[in-house]
Amino acid sequence: MTLLAPERDRAGRRPARRLSTTALIYLALVGVLALGGAAVALDGGNLFATANLVDMLTRTSLTGFLAIGMTFVILCRSLDLSVGYVAALSSLVAATTMDGQPGNIPVAIGLVLLVSGLIGAANGAFVTVLGVNPFIATLGTGLILKGYLDTQYKGPAGDVPAVFQQFGYTRIAFIPVSTVVMLVLAAAAVWFLRSTRTGHHMYAVGGDVDVARMSGIRTKGVLLAAHVLCAMFAGVAGLLLAARFGTGSAEAYTNLYELDAIAAVVLGGTLLLGGRGGVAGTVAGVAILAVLDTVFNVMQVDPFAKDVLRGAVIITAVALYARRQLDRTARRPRFTLEGRLR
Amino acid sequence: MSETPLLSMRGIGKSFLGVPVLHGVDLTIEQGEVHALVGENGAGKSTLMKILAGVHSADAGTVELNTGESGGRMVSFTHPLQAQHAGVASVFQEFNLLPELSVAENVHLGREPRRRGLIDRRAMAERTAEVLADLGVEDLAPTAKVGSLSVAHQQITEIAKAVSQGADLICMDEPTAALADAEVELLYRLVRRLKERGVSVLYVSHRLKEIFDLCDRITVLKDGRLVQCADTADITPDDLVTAMVGRRIEAVFPERLEGTAAGEVRLEVRGGGNAWVDGIDLDVRAGEIVGLAGLQGSGRTEIAEAVFGIAPFTRGTVKVDGKPIRITRPRKAIGAGIALVTEDRKAQGLALRQSVRANARMVLDANARVHSRKRLNRIPGLLSSLDLVARGEDQEVRYLSGGNQQKVVVAKWLAAEPGVIVLDEPTRGIDVGAKHKLYSVIRELAAEGLAVLLIASELIEVIGLADRIVVLHDGRIAGELPGGATEQDVMAYATGRRAEESRPA
Repeated sequence: MTLLAPERDRAGRRPARRLSTTALIYLALVGVLALGGAAVALDGGNLFATANLVDMLTRTSLTGFLAIGMTFVILCRSLDLSVGYVAALSSLVAATTMDGQPGNIPVAIGLVLLVSGLIGAANGAFVTVLGVNPFIATLGTGLILKGYLDTQYKGPAGDVPAVFQQFGYTRIAFIPVSTVVMLVLAAAAVWFLRSTRTGHHMYAVGGDVDVARMSGIRTKGVLLAAHVLCAMFAGVAGLLLAARFGTGSAEAYTNLYELDAIAAVVLGGTLLLGGRGGVAGTVAGVAILAVLDTVFNVMQVDPFAKDVLRGAVIITAVALYARRQLDRTARRPRFTLEGRLR
Repeated sequence: MSETPLLSMRGIGKSFLGVPVLHGVDLTIEQGEVHALVGENGAGKSTLMKILAGVHSADAGTVELNTGESGGRMVSFTHPLQAQHAGVASVFQEFNLLPELSVAENVHLGREPRRRGLIDRRAMAERTAEVLADLGVEDLAPTAKVGSLSVAHQQITEIAKAVSQGADLICMDEPTAALADAEVELLYRLVRRLKERGVSVLYVSHRLKEIFDLCDRITVLKDGRLVQCADTADITPDDLVTAMVGRRIEAVFPERLEGTAAGEVRLEVRGGGNAWVDGIDLDVRAGEIVGLAGLQGSGRTEIAEAVFGIAPFTRGTVKVDGKPIRITRPRKAIGAGIALVTEDRKAQGLALRQSVRANARMVLDANARVHSRKRLNRIPGLLSSLDLVARGEDQEVRYLSGGNQQKVVVAKWLAAEPGVIVLDEPTRGIDVGAKHKLYSVIRELAAEGLAVLLIASELIEVIGLADRIVVLHDGRIAGELPGGATEQDVMAYATGRRAEESRPA
């Protein structure tokens, strides 16, 4: 995505420079860091102390995995409310398959990706083949998984070998390995959306499914792929949960990770109505949420005020995006304000 | 020109829900020809074009296509993609473009060039630049985002998409409807360029100037029938207008009622304008029916919406019953005694899943300024005076026929006892009996001293009912005619063939 719109209008003049949405979000991230840093400093602390940086970056990885996956489905004008449950289930699949044996790690990872991919395929099939509204379809899938988790696992299960727990705790300098993995996958996702047909077509499907179909795009396949990818990213999030807890945890779904992921995607400038946005913005959205949480944590803001502030930030951001959208009217104007022909 | 035509459609027939819209129409297009398809609103132009594009399939007739080396073959498109693959591309008024993507991405959508399996953006941009250069377009960057382009450039993007698909025939539906004058020149050049390259163009329009400037041959449709197919050189603009209209007035309109007299001006607009209309001067007197005529997109509905505060005038003044008023919202219009029967009955006129009673009460219930017990009590009488046929006031309106639905809409407005009523296409999609009932109701309203503003695509309705006819062209008033004027006169103004000289620009 380019920082500045390079196109010229008919007369060859450059239009007023307008920052792209992605650039704007990174600016917002810098702003939040500066404001947060100042607030913490006034409080007598240092937001950029190593411990705080580690905290901040650690927070980005889990939400990051989920939000990257969520970006695919939202770009396609779909949604996935089941990712929190998929992540919880994945943590159990991983921990019970590994069962304390380092040799089982590759099998466990493969199995997690297979199971989560299948759940994503089921979600995709409900949405494309049965035509169920994605909100309802994935809510249903989530409830089914919840029922399974609640009845089959009364507590933590499985045992994650120490080697794999490194994924959850090791750091390179102050950067957690999990965050590095998240950023690498984010880069891969950016590349996927830009350079592969399926990725490129996600924008078309979300932008206008009829136009996409009329152009010969197999829209259902694209939507299905988005759901599979989304669920597989939730599977990776489940692997991280397992590494952090050392066991599989059915209770993980109670954290409502899916809502954080959606918030991060929308905060990152991806249109909830699809067709516009991208993973680069999502990463910034995730980072903004992480910075806020760390700031609240350091300043020991009480939980209620913390949630209120988080909500306010998300609403404000989306309201700002909505304003940027307003200039696109459905009917093409014929006259200028002064009554001259356009 | 080759021996066999590029396209020949024979005896094309099509009905929608039992209503025939095309009766055995023929159309032949030679290779490299620009062929005009003309006719009034509802003559069947769009339907014929959509059959060719694979959007609709014909009920009767054959389509033979002669593209490339394959020679002549019968085709019947059931999906737009089939038409595209056969070399027939269509540019509709609603563009099939994705505003968030670039010109190059839109041109190659679904057919992205790839290198080693990955999208080759450089090749995509280069090929797009080639197509654009070929079309003589220099000022459009392949990387520009489509949503940021002017309508004209979006149209060029559509045409470039068609050309890059290797289309032999490009159909354009009212291509200049949304263009400014300077942009029309651009389109002219483009069409001529296509012709030079041997691409045929089907040019659907009712703007005479363009047709005579651009087209080699003209096919005229009227009421879904083929009237004439002639070389442009062999026909004059006046002949063409006569061929497009020249219809006997088959509908019988009720006479003006005894005692109807034009009184004070109830609605006055001076210099009204917004983004879609400009310089609108309009007077509607008590007891008067003023017709608003014009082609689709000429600004008729936009005036109705401005008067009713949906998309208000941003310039000029409005007076209701002599009092200046700024109508910025529908509530203000209702408070001032204005009613609007909207064009789209189901989407804007009715709450389809609610009862007849709830719908008829809606305006009164929602607006304290017009609400009264007395008016509520009048509703049952109002409904029966409109000859509403329903199982009862509890029936959901979605189960009523179009005509009866429209009667409910009219009732809900009359319940508020308005002084000005704007009727936008009040008879669209309703049966003959209900139409005639509505005609009588309109006459009665005038006799009661309401000011009536009537919008109708069917010219005979405007001619048969209105005391005066205001004709719009491209968002401005092109001229005014007395009621009972001929269709030719109205069409002359509506198509821009004639403009009122006295009107200051």
